[in-house]
Amino acid sequence: MTKYIIRRIVYMFITLFLIASATFFLMKALPGSPISSASKLPPSQLAVVEAKYGLDQPVPVQYAKYMLNLAKGDLGNSFQFKNASVTDLIMNRLGPSVLIGSQGLILGVAIGILLGMIAALRQNTIWDYGSTLIAIIGISIPSFVFATLLQYWLGVKWGLLPVALWKDGWMSSILPSIALAMGPLATASRFIRTEMIEVISSDYITLAKSKGASGFEIAFKHAFRNALIPLITVLGPLAAGLLTGSLVIEQIFAIPGIGEQFVKAIVSNDFSIIMGTTIFYSVFLIVIIFVVDVLYGIVDPRIRLSGGSK
Amino acid sequence: MEKILEVKDLELSFHTFAGEVKAIRGVNFDLIKGETLAIVGESGSGKSVTTKSIMRLLPEHSSEFKNGHILFNGKDLTKLTDKEMQKIRGKDISMIFQDPMTSLNPTMTIGKQIMEPILKHRNVSKSVAHKEAVDLLRLVGMPKPEARMKQYPHQFSGGQRQRIVIAIALACNPQILIADEPTTALDVTIQAQILELMKDLQKKINTSIIFITHDLGVVANVADRVAVMYGGKIVEIGTVDEIFYNPQHPYTWGLLSSMPSLDTADEKLYAIPGTPPDLLSPPKGDAFALRSDYALKIDLEETPPFFKVSDTHYAATWLLHPDAPQVDPPLAIMERMKKYPGSRYYEGTEGGTY
Amino acid sequence: MSLDIKKIPAESFERVHIDSSQAERITKPSLSFWQDAWLRIRKNKGAIASIFILVFIIIMAFVGPMVSPHDAETQTITHANLPPKVQGLEKLGIFDGVGTLAGKEVDLYEMKKVDTYYWFGTDGLGRDMFSRVWEGTQISLLIAFVAAIIDMVIGVAYGGISGYYGGRVDDIMQRVVEILYGIPTLVIVILMLLVMEPGVTAIIIAITLTGWIGMSRIVRGQVLKFKNQEFVLASRTLGASNGRIISKHILPNILGVIIINTMFTIPTAIFFEAFLSFIGLGLQAPDASLGTLINDGYKLIRFQPHILLYPSIVLSLLMIAFNLLGDGLRDAFDPKMKD
Repeated sequence: MTKYIIRRIVYMFITLFLIASATFFLMKALPGSPISSASKLPPSQLAVVEAKYGLDQPVPVQYAKYMLNLAKGDLGNSFQFKNASVTDLIMNRLGPSVLIGSQGLILGVAIGILLGMIAALRQNTIWDYGSTLIAIIGISIPSFVFATLLQYWLGVKWGLLPVALWKDGWMSSILPSIALAMGPLATASRFIRTEMIEVISSDYITLAKSKGASGFEIAFKHAFRNALIPLITVLGPLAAGLLTGSLVIEQIFAIPGIGEQFVKAIVSNDFSIIMGTTIFYSVFLIVIIFVVDVLYGIVDPRIRLSGGSK
Repeated sequence: MEKILEVKDLELSFHTFAGEVKAIRGVNFDLIKGETLAIVGESGSGKSVTTKSIMRLLPEHSSEFKNGHILFNGKDLTKLTDKEMQKIRGKDISMIFQDPMTSLNPTMTIGKQIMEPILKHRNVSKSVAHKEAVDLLRLVGMPKPEARMKQYPHQFSGGQRQRIVIAIALACNPQILIADEPTTALDVTIQAQILELMKDLQKKINTSIIFITHDLGVVANVADRVAVMYGGKIVEIGTVDEIFYNPQHPYTWGLLSSMPSLDTADEKLYAIPGTPPDLLSPPKGDAFALRSDYALKIDLEETPPFFKVSDTHYAATWLLHPDAPQVDPPLAIMERMKKYPGSRYYEGTEGGTY
Repeated sequence: MSLDIKKIPAESFERVHIDSSQAERITKPSLSFWQDAWLRIRKNKGAIASIFILVFIIIMAFVGPMVSPHDAETQTITHANLPPKVQGLEKLGIFDGVGTLAGKEVDLYEMKKVDTYYWFGTDGLGRDMFSRVWEGTQISLLIAFVAAIIDMVIGVAYGGISGYYGGRVDDIMQRVVEILYGIPTLVIVILMLLVMEPGVTAIIIAITLTGWIGMSRIVRGQVLKFKNQEFVLASRTLGASNGRIISKHILPNILGVIIINTMFTIPTAIFFEAFLSFIGLGLQAPDASLGTLINDGYKLIRFQPHILLYPSIVLSLLMIAFNLLGDGLRDAFDPKMKD
């Protein structure tokens, strides 16, 4: 197990190094100057500004400096917001993104598990079809379409919840969280359904039945845990999906989160924020996948003990 | 001779994608207290389905009782509600499965799994249940039972797991124990250990056993009586000696002939030609006729009834009809019959002529 | 149990000779892999409905712009922001060209003196939404199909080689995949689109850049599973060449998995294209896909909901149909489900 973890950590760093390098060189290859007012400035002044950001130095020197700073956790300064550090810019916007992301994930996974269980235990009934329908719709309808519908009906037409902007505290987070929850909900419910059906038809469930266990005991004492453990493996892809979703959801609901800042930076060519956010996202996802793999080993007794015994 | 279980005219079908599969087509047998009844037959003959239907373990949405009763202590198991059935499963009737590698819950300690039926069916505290579970493990020959209670199934070998499954099955001293090919998935040496264990335990707790197998060697070792199943029906039933030394049904002849044995010098092993019948559209008459060298015209028309051979021995073949021609069974079978008093080929001195 | 049975004529007891080779005859008609799969698919109502929806949408994507009296590019400023109006249906009170203007319900067609019909209405530049939606569908489908096919080809080749040859080749190839797999798709796609000229090709390249990895992992797993199975070993002992083993033994067995996976790649690609267009990284005007149409419509949702509505419906229908069909195919090809 230890050997496995070390190997995984080494790979994590190689991946990160590649991503950081790729990001850097791709940004360098971008057409257009990052300095927003470049076209308006006379060449002499442009040179001064470029020197300030180190843009006048040869690319390898810039690269080395960038990587060194990165190792220290410094993502550089924004071009757009005068001298603001990218690390600070990201950290300042972390709150709303984490709030709607975690709420969406928990809400979606919880309801998804419930729907999946119902579908599996009432297989080929109206319950099953209903839950499958919800899952298919959740997977199929893009989050931005769903978000727009939510905003239009619940917010504009019926006026039940704040439409957008981050002004009403927690209330403002409800609609975006629901919009984000659809993906995890659909994934979790389909996953749990498949797993439960497989578990229910396994020999040890038949044995549990032959002991006289009731339907409830079989579902929750025996099947649930065995179906739930593999769900951990989809948490990685789910997190990636949440990130993708947050870009548009934050945009639609005008939430001052990382995603909204990222999309703005793309539009305004703010290299340092794009690079910084890219690396931030990559670290986040890579760490999640790593944690999920280790967690899986801890939760499943088969892996836990065979790993621990050596 | 107290009957503990009576299966009468049992018919059961599966509703599948391809249509209705008539898996059991009129099965009759009794189980007597304390005996071991072996059910033998090829894969797909309906032997597993019969026992699973006694336990009502078949998927409810796809299986259907078409006819018949399963009487246990006077109660018809086919008519019980799920709740009532749960009270019988694991307490009065329990079951051992074929593959010990998959029949234990991988994420639950074996201690919990053994304690489950004790806590479920008997009004005892957790500590009592724990103590009894340890005793059960000791009973089935598990070394260091205390320490092993906290372990998970993957930490045990196949043979040990089957011992655990047996311990679970015996937890409430059941009146009937159904063993569905309990040794098929095990190594030969482990098979012998498990069989010995089961015989031992049966003496200790005086339970009746239904033993499903396709291994006639195992049958000879454990059974008191044998039922031979073919195509969803019992074709012959009798005591072990009757089935082994005075078989009457051509299918039983075939089964016995295809069993390798050390004392017959025949180099070539007999194989029954053909494949088992398709139970989606079962053949008319005797289902075995199409594979039999002894088929009569009527076999293709009408299903043979049971003909009585002795008080304990019945066979469903038209060959036993008084009008049927005398046929000689295969040589190997005739050799066997020569040793059995009461068979028509008996050569001994006890003078039993048929 | 022995019964007195009705008199049976003696000749019934004549021995008959059964040709035992007859007993080996299999009475059930044997079905090929495809027939079997088709039988299963046919029972799946969702999958069948999906096939019809998809066929309809694909036909409309090509025929739609032609049957509409207006073409997608012509800007008729006087006809801007018209709600949908359809011949025949107008009398029923729906699709009658009535829209809201400054809080009042008015027949905008009458007001603007337009005597023609726009089935899906028009956008802010007076372009016919009907033609635009179907042309957008065309572009979205094109991107999705090309991306899915490229993913499939690269994924199958990479995974197949890695799995079949094994050893060092597999080791190196899998290390590469392990690193690539760690890179979030979203990040790579956005970076690539920033660098490349925006357009259909750029989107396809960006989507396929990491899209093939999933397929390659699945194919490798399947090849590993099959290459050591007895029937492959048997064929090898009989002297079959690698090419024969791959084409006759391994490929037919993993074909189902490849098809299912491709079926799920298509909606993913449709979604990604729409997503990128929505955040402004996708196609640039005047090119339009479903994603850009939705983006345009989103900006006008309060005033002209119909501009958002139709592309959203088509996009959602496409996604639902592809997902349902994928599900149906998975059930049909999955031998575990065979009863």
